[in-house]
Amino acid sequence: MTTTTPIEQGSEESLTNTDEHHQDHRMFGLATFLVADGMTFAGFFAAYLTFRAVNPLMPDAIYELELPLPTINTVLLLVSSATFHRAGQALKRSESARCQRWLLITAGLGIAFLASQMVEYFTLPFGLTDNLYASTFYAVTGFHGLHVTLGAIMILIVWWQSRSPGGRITSHNQFPLEAAELYWHFVDGIWVILFIILYLL
Amino acid sequence: MTIAIPPSDNQHAERLQPTGWLRYFSFSVDHKVIGLQYLVCGFIFYLIGGLLAGAIRIELTSPISDFMPRDVYNQVLTLHGTIMIFLWIVPVINGAFGNYLIPFYVGARDMAFPRLNAVAFWMIPPAGLMLISSYFITGAAQSGWTAYPPLSTTTPAAGQIIWILSVLFLGGSSIFGGINFIATILKMRRPGLKLMQLPMYCWAMLGTSILVVLSTPVLAGTLILLSFDIVAHTGFFNPSMGGNAVVYQHLFWFYSHPAVYIMVLPAFGLVSEILPVHCRKPLFGYVTMVYSIMAIVVLGLVVWAHHMFTSGTPPWMRLFFTIATSFIAVPTGIKFFNWLATLWGGRITLNSAVLFSCGFILNFVFGGITGVALAQVPFDIHVHDTYFVVAHFHYIVYGGSVFVIFASIYHWYPKFTGRMLNEDLGRLHFLLTFVGFNLCFAPQHWLGLYGMPRRVAEYDPQFAFVNQLSSVGALLMAISTLPFLFNVVQSAFKGRIAGDNPWNALTPEWLTSSPPPVENWTGEAPLVTEPYGYGVPADQLDLAATSGRDLWTNGQ
Repeated sequence: MTTTTPIEQGSEESLTNTDEHHQDHRMFGLATFLVADGMTFAGFFAAYLTFRAVNPLMPDAIYELELPLPTINTVLLLVSSATFHRAGQALKRSESARCQRWLLITAGLGIAFLASQMVEYFTLPFGLTDNLYASTFYAVTGFHGLHVTLGAIMILIVWWQSRSPGGRITSHNQFPLEAAELYWHFVDGIWVILFIILYLL
Repeated sequence: MTIAIPPSDNQHAERLQPTGWLRYFSFSVDHKVIGLQYLVCGFIFYLIGGLLAGAIRIELTSPISDFMPRDVYNQVLTLHGTIMIFLWIVPVINGAFGNYLIPFYVGARDMAFPRLNAVAFWMIPPAGLMLISSYFITGAAQSGWTAYPPLSTTTPAAGQIIWILSVLFLGGSSIFGGINFIATILKMRRPGLKLMQLPMYCWAMLGTSILVVLSTPVLAGTLILLSFDIVAHTGFFNPSMGGNAVVYQHLFWFYSHPAVYIMVLPAFGLVSEILPVHCRKPLFGYVTMVYSIMAIVVLGLVVWAHHMFTSGTPPWMRLFFTIATSFIAVPTGIKFFNWLATLWGGRITLNSAVLFSCGFILNFVFGGITGVALAQVPFDIHVHDTYFVVAHFHYIVYGGSVFVIFASIYHWYPKFTGRMLNEDLGRLHFLLTFVGFNLCFAPQHWLGLYGMPRRVAEYDPQFAFVNQLSSVGALLMAISTLPFLFNVVQSAFKGRIAGDNPWNALTPEWLTSSPPPVENWTGEAPLVTEPYGYGVPADQLDLAATSGRDLWTNGQ
């Protein structure tokens, strides 16, 4: 992901006033942002774990999670990370068609994850305001689902822009794809932590 | 193949953007324009926050609630705290001076992400206006700047939701700014410039930005949960629904204690820039300064629960947070003695910038001592939520940060505008501010020790005289703004021409014209490896040799 091609200083006339090369630090900035984003999740997880530790569930409260569906979800996301990686590799080898195919598969897996999450929401025996754990469950998974939604939209945009021959995303400009890929891996990593904390613990 | 237009494509930018005074109202990507936008915008909010503080002090001149209704008093104190922290000190001491100075200090033409920078600034005015307009539309939030539940969940919801939204916006702006500073300081340094050669303000901003990036998102998450409690009636922080109000306090202070360092670390950096120039001595103990900043960053993240000693914290937690908080006094003390050693034996010019810096050192050491006192559990339980805390906090953020903001304005105004400020008016401003500030807040220690609670419009009549004394001090502070405002406006048009380097300073921002050209230097950026290389008589000072190039051929 760190193989971003340096920005080419296109036209010579823009160099009259400056002899320096403004390097591309966008991936660094994105990584810093993801650290911040990760801290938001860390806050949610800390709140959930504290609730678990000091606030026992009320006797009549219903809070039961089924494992099969979220396990499938975990597999979906992990596979999508791998397919996104394949898309990036294909782009580096300038295999545009193959890259687009892998991008579409990745987006499809992301949307499948969201659909599966929706199914889980509607089959769970508790609602948002039923009890403390239920509220926290919906807040945390909902915030993660928002990230997946944004990521899926980004993948589709990247796919769209890599379609036309003169499009913005080529083997010379991989930044949008690399940025979306880093973000997607981040969202997957957060899901794995979320899965362990919310479902397994 | 030019896919992403590089920010240094300045000809393009110059063509598109207005060049006169209008550029200060535009979506400019020039870091100097953005810095001044932060400064002026923040100062306008400072005036509004100051009016609110005046309203509080008028109410407190008499023991009964006679100047305004009690719920209005709650709104006023909430707005005062929120505006002063999120719209004045944080944006100005980080955004204004950081954006103006950091690219100079690292030898860059602009910040790493100029457009993100402009976005971060332009999030502030709408958020601030939204916050203030809530007072007129629905009634502002009433739960103080801490917004503790159950206070925030039982007071009128509309004002509280608007408060949450605007703080989320301001937090987002702060995070974008922090990302930009980290990338600029670590990645945009001029080739040949090493980290340990950077001016101290860079280190302060690096530490501050790490705190911003690590802690602000936690506040955002917390406020999202709080808004769920208010809007969707969940029970995260509502004990009657199985929730836990203390968890809010933990998450809130995980941001808001570092927020104090976000407001004060840049002040440390700015003072470290100002003192060596006007004392004609190198900054004492550069390396220890750097390590103590980083120690404050690390320790600052693990002391938050000292705000919560009365919230049923278990004994081990009290012990840990008392010890951790006391440890912070060590790096802070190192910095304090380094400044004294910088002043010691220097050829000090007692101008307004130095007066405000020395005022800062005095006030801050006093606020620091009461801070260590507040970290001790037995004492803290006695004075928790009293005016002692108010006094301590204002000694840190006003006596500390705001004094440094004024010192910095006096120091860098010639660079901003090309004209000098009037020195006599500056000294009058310092005198009024220093006397007014201490008269306003020193008596509040006494009030707190005798048990006057904060955030209440009425109090026991025995406190009336000390409160009136405090209000007189507040009046002096309000008056002190007048010579400053007059000075700044008049000098912008009629002030003495400053020239490029009126202080004979060595840091890179002075090695170009005043005000600087769009890309900071008309030629190559200077390589300043010894930003504090003073200590020789002024007539023997070889600026060109110290900075490694001929300064005056390209700068003018």
